[in-house]
Amino acid sequence: MGGYLLKRVVSLLPVLLVVAVVDFIIIHLTPGDPASVILGAQATEEELAKLREQLGLNLPIYIRFFEWIGGLLQGDLGWSIFMDKPVTEAIWEHLGPTLSLTIMAEIIAILFAIPLGVMAANRRGTWMDQTFMTFALLGISLPSFWIGLNLILLFAVQLNWLPAAGYQPISNGLLNHFKYLIMPAISLGIMQGALIARMTRSSMLEVLNENYIRTAEAKGLKMWLVTYKHALRNAFIPILTVIGLSFATLIGGAVVTETVFNIPGIGKLIVNSVLRRDYEVIQGTVLMIAAAYVLINLIVDLLYAYIDPRVRYDKS
Amino acid sequence: METSSVTIATSQPVAPSRHHVRVAMNRFFANRLAVSGSILVLFITLICVLAPLLTSYDPLEMKVQDRLKPPSTSHWFGTDEFGRDVFTRVVYGSRISMGVGFSVVVITSIVGLLFGLYSAYYRRLDNFLMRINDGLMAFPAILLAIAILAALGPKMSNVIIALSVVYIPTVARAIRSVAITVREQTYIEAIHALGGKSWRVIWLHIAPNCLSPLIVQATFIFAYAVITEASLSFLGAGTPPPEPSWGNILNDGRTIMKQAWWMTVFPGLSIMITVLGLNLLGDGLRDLLDPHTNRAKK
Repeated sequence: MGGYLLKRVVSLLPVLLVVAVVDFIIIHLTPGDPASVILGAQATEEELAKLREQLGLNLPIYIRFFEWIGGLLQGDLGWSIFMDKPVTEAIWEHLGPTLSLTIMAEIIAILFAIPLGVMAANRRGTWMDQTFMTFALLGISLPSFWIGLNLILLFAVQLNWLPAAGYQPISNGLLNHFKYLIMPAISLGIMQGALIARMTRSSMLEVLNENYIRTAEAKGLKMWLVTYKHALRNAFIPILTVIGLSFATLIGGAVVTETVFNIPGIGKLIVNSVLRRDYEVIQGTVLMIAAAYVLINLIVDLLYAYIDPRVRYDKS
Repeated sequence: METSSVTIATSQPVAPSRHHVRVAMNRFFANRLAVSGSILVLFITLICVLAPLLTSYDPLEMKVQDRLKPPSTSHWFGTDEFGRDVFTRVVYGSRISMGVGFSVVVITSIVGLLFGLYSAYYRRLDNFLMRINDGLMAFPAILLAIAILAALGPKMSNVIIALSVVYIPTVARAIRSVAITVREQTYIEAIHALGGKSWRVIWLHIAPNCLSPLIVQATFIFAYAVITEASLSFLGAGTPPPEPSWGNILNDGRTIMKQAWWMTVFPGLSIMITVLGLNLLGDGLRDLLDPHTNRAKK
């Protein structure tokens, strides 16, 4: 396992380098520089030149790239010109809401999706299977922000049960925290749930045809035991892959969901930074998310071995 | 005996006979998913093409005296805060969504096929291209699109470029995985042994085998592109107003949701119908074209 782990970590380095280069290039294609945004239209050419020099914007692009990479290696993601603080600090401040939101969305998705997917597979072809799968198909066809808007219309505007937007940290009371997050989490979780349910069903269908399931049934084991212990465990690898990949979709979805519900998370930070042309914040945040995605996939790969003992990395 | 089999392998693909076409059509029409998906997609395509015939209003024309009217016989989907007819805007908005989706599919299919095939065929190139691919795939789609659009500016053509960059790696990866298995087949080896040129092997023998997964993938990319375009326009990073797109109509309606529910409901339903149609079609085509999932589902 140790050798495999090392090999995987080393193989991630070029990917992370590509991520950094792409990230840097895209942001620096942006027309208009932060100096003119900060000083406004009235600024003289002299003032602009002075500020550019202060911010290091007049240096050649490759020097700025290497300085940025050098900083990265020391854990420095840059400086937010508008918030006047390190990018890492800005990310840290906005991380809580996004983590709460995405974790809650993922939990809602998994709680519903796996039992529904298993039930659909067990009763394939019945009305139950067809109903669940129609809902799952609808789930992957609905934009999360539209679900969010409809939830607001129903539960906040019509019924007045929940707050329409905003965020309360856990420190202000758990119930309050949930009250603000439940609608965003549902709207974000539905598409994930639908994806996981579809994968659970098709993965279970493959496994249910295997001989060892027939053997388990033939020796008189209870249906639920066969389903959850024998079948689901073997069907779990593709499901786990979808759950791992869903992190990226969730963060992407969070950008829009946080805007709809006015949640001060990473998504909102990115959208605001794009509007303010706060280069280093966009760069740093996007890089962090991409790096987190790469690491999560590595963890998912390593988890395979625990779920399925047939997967042994050292031999390969 | 051997010579004859080699001759078959190097010969041009035979055009499908009428019988084959009929069998394929029968299989397609027997697949409920594919048929219902096609009907929905056809429906939206017709709306797109026939837009000027479906409504007598101009999507950009403002009539302040008609602002925020609820749905009625004269304004089926009501009016917005500038008195513009929402039905007309939704109908014309389909052109943006379908236009962006279709363009993205064409670009990603061509470039993805190119990258996927060459990556699978030339191992040295593979390592290089796939690292770039992995790097690009590490960005959440909408985030990468937002970053690209921040650089290029919000314009429909830039939305197409951004979404193509976002989805090319997905297509390239899918094509590569099929092409790699095809490359190892004995008939490819035989063509090499006979002195077949690389481009011939790639385009005449490997590429046709990648078409089925490409078609399936393209359908799903179409669906993703429609949703992502709507999300970008909703955030204000996609199609700029006043040009109607489903995403920016939803954005216009967001602040006046209390007074004008129709501005939220109808564009959203349009997105849902389109994406549902494409997903149904994609599922159906996958059942028809991919024997592996076909077996699993039955």
